[in-house]
Amino acid sequence: MAVYLVRRLMQALLVVLAMSIIVFVGVYAIGDPVEILISPDADQLERERAIRALGLDLPLWQQYLVFLTNALQGDLGRSFVFNEPALKLILQRMPATLELAFGAMFLSILIGLPLGLYAGLRPNSAASKTIMAGSILGFSLPTFWVGLMLIMVFAVQLGWLPSTGRGETCSVLGFIGLQPCSAGLQWSWLTGDGLAHMVMPAINLALFKISLVIRLTRAGVRETMLMDYVKFARAKGLSASRVTFVHVFKNILIPVVTVVGLELGSTIAFSVVTESVFAWPGMGKLIIDSINVLDRPVIVAYLMIIVMMFITINLVVDLTYSLLDPRVRLENKGT
Amino acid sequence: MAAPTLEVRNLRTHFFTRAGVVRAVDDVSFTVERGKVLGLVGESGSGKTVTGFSVIGLVDPPGRIVGGQILFQGRDLAKATEAEMRDLRGNRIAMIFQDPMMTLNPVLRIDTQMIETVLAHKKVSHEQARQRARDTLGMVGIPSPDERLKSYPHQFSGGMRQRVAIAIALLHEPDLIVADEPTTALDVTIQGQILAEVQKLAQTTGTSLIWITHDLSVVAGLADDIAVMYAGRVVEHGAVSDVLDRPLHPYTAGLIGSVPSRNKRGEPLRQIPGMTPSLLSLPPGCAFRSRCPRAAEACLAEPEINEILPGREVRCFRPLTETAEQAA
Repeated sequence: MAVYLVRRLMQALLVVLAMSIIVFVGVYAIGDPVEILISPDADQLERERAIRALGLDLPLWQQYLVFLTNALQGDLGRSFVFNEPALKLILQRMPATLELAFGAMFLSILIGLPLGLYAGLRPNSAASKTIMAGSILGFSLPTFWVGLMLIMVFAVQLGWLPSTGRGETCSVLGFIGLQPCSAGLQWSWLTGDGLAHMVMPAINLALFKISLVIRLTRAGVRETMLMDYVKFARAKGLSASRVTFVHVFKNILIPVVTVVGLELGSTIAFSVVTESVFAWPGMGKLIIDSINVLDRPVIVAYLMIIVMMFITINLVVDLTYSLLDPRVRLENKGT
Repeated sequence: MAAPTLEVRNLRTHFFTRAGVVRAVDDVSFTVERGKVLGLVGESGSGKTVTGFSVIGLVDPPGRIVGGQILFQGRDLAKATEAEMRDLRGNRIAMIFQDPMMTLNPVLRIDTQMIETVLAHKKVSHEQARQRARDTLGMVGIPSPDERLKSYPHQFSGGMRQRVAIAIALLHEPDLIVADEPTTALDVTIQGQILAEVQKLAQTTGTSLIWITHDLSVVAGLADDIAVMYAGRVVEHGAVSDVLDRPLHPYTAGLIGSVPSRNKRGEPLRQIPGMTPSLLSLPPGCAFRSRCPRAAEACLAEPEINEILPGREVRCFRPLTETAEQAA
């Protein structure tokens, strides 16, 4: 186990290094931020001063080495636009995105698993057919449109839920009363008002994932129900609920965990549409703005953080496999 | 003499598929006495497995039992509720499946899978259930059962897994075990060991067995009675030595003729021409007619199963009796 973890961490380091080169070169190729950052009226001298100040006069490989040296010391560069450390900018926005992504994931499991299980166990019932038809809608309706409709119905027409923003926020330490709410990383889910603000964006983000989990679970259940070991479990005289929730359920969790893990990563990284519709001040909004003005340090820092996040999620998923399926032997992987 | 453990009368199990009604089991009757072994023999698709599943009440839709009686110790299982069947399954009637690689749940430990079976039918403590599981594993010849209980199925070989499955079937000392080709997927030496083991267990515990197989040599060594199935029907039924020594139905004779034996070295194996007819489109009359060397006009009608010699039932208009032999 320990050997496996160390090996995985080494691999992760290599992936991060490779990604940093790809990201850096890719962003370099997009265009010259100077054109956007410096006013067109500036003269040649001002331009050159600015270029030197941003470190853009060095050749690419030197820029990369500077970046790498700083990155190893925890400095991912300063934003050209905000003149603040890129990492700080991103971390400030991170709680908003994380709570939205986890909220959506939570909803998709909470709703998707039971519905999928039901649809798999009774494939021919009217309720199951409704569920499956609904999941097709969940797949195909565009996120932005659903978001707008949610706002129109629940915020504008009914006035039940707030339409935009994060509402009241609080820090974890503040929530348990150790320090004032305003200190530390701010979370919406710790306050009632914040939760009310989260409901619609989380549902909006979850809709696709709910559909995905429903279809995966249903397919898994239908496949597993035909297996001999399920029939054998029934031949042992076990109750239907024991067969379903122990024998079938544990077997269908593996594909569900895989997909939910991958989806969690991409939700955190690319929930920009939902964040824009609900004016949710998360990382997605920040990265789009940064790309528009070619704020290279922020783009690079963001992508590096996302890479590490994916690596972490994949590791957690692999560790979960070994819990779920005894045939997965971690020691033998990666050799 | 005590009542038989199982008496199946005119059982019909049909599958209602989109392509039509499949009469997988059509008017099947047989009896299994206490402590006896019935060999249920036939080709693939003859309905022997569906018969087994009907007895234990595990016929899945679109199939269902449409007629007949399954009298288990005098009680008709065809009319039992699902809850009553669940009480019997794994408890009084157990089943062993064909493929040991598939019958144990791959993600649950052996102890989980055994203990849950004990607890499903007996109000005992977890610890007592574990002891019972361990004792039963020892009984079927698994070394160091305490350790093996903590293993997962993939850590066992095929033969060992089948022993575990048999141990699970034996946990409650059932009155009847339906064994669906339990040795087909095993190699011959393991098959021999398992057969000997099962025979010994059946004799000591008085358990009756329905042994479903297509392998006549297995039946010859193990069974007391034999029922030969063809296209959803029993075509011949009798004591195993009688039937194998002197088959009455041409199909049984064909099956016996196609078994390799030492006396016929060098000769090509005889085989029954043609294939099992599709159960969706059975021709009228005797289903074996098109493959039968003795088919005649009479076979265009539906044959009934009749006791034509003492203890010998056969479903044929032109059975291989002495007289028929001379006439032909």
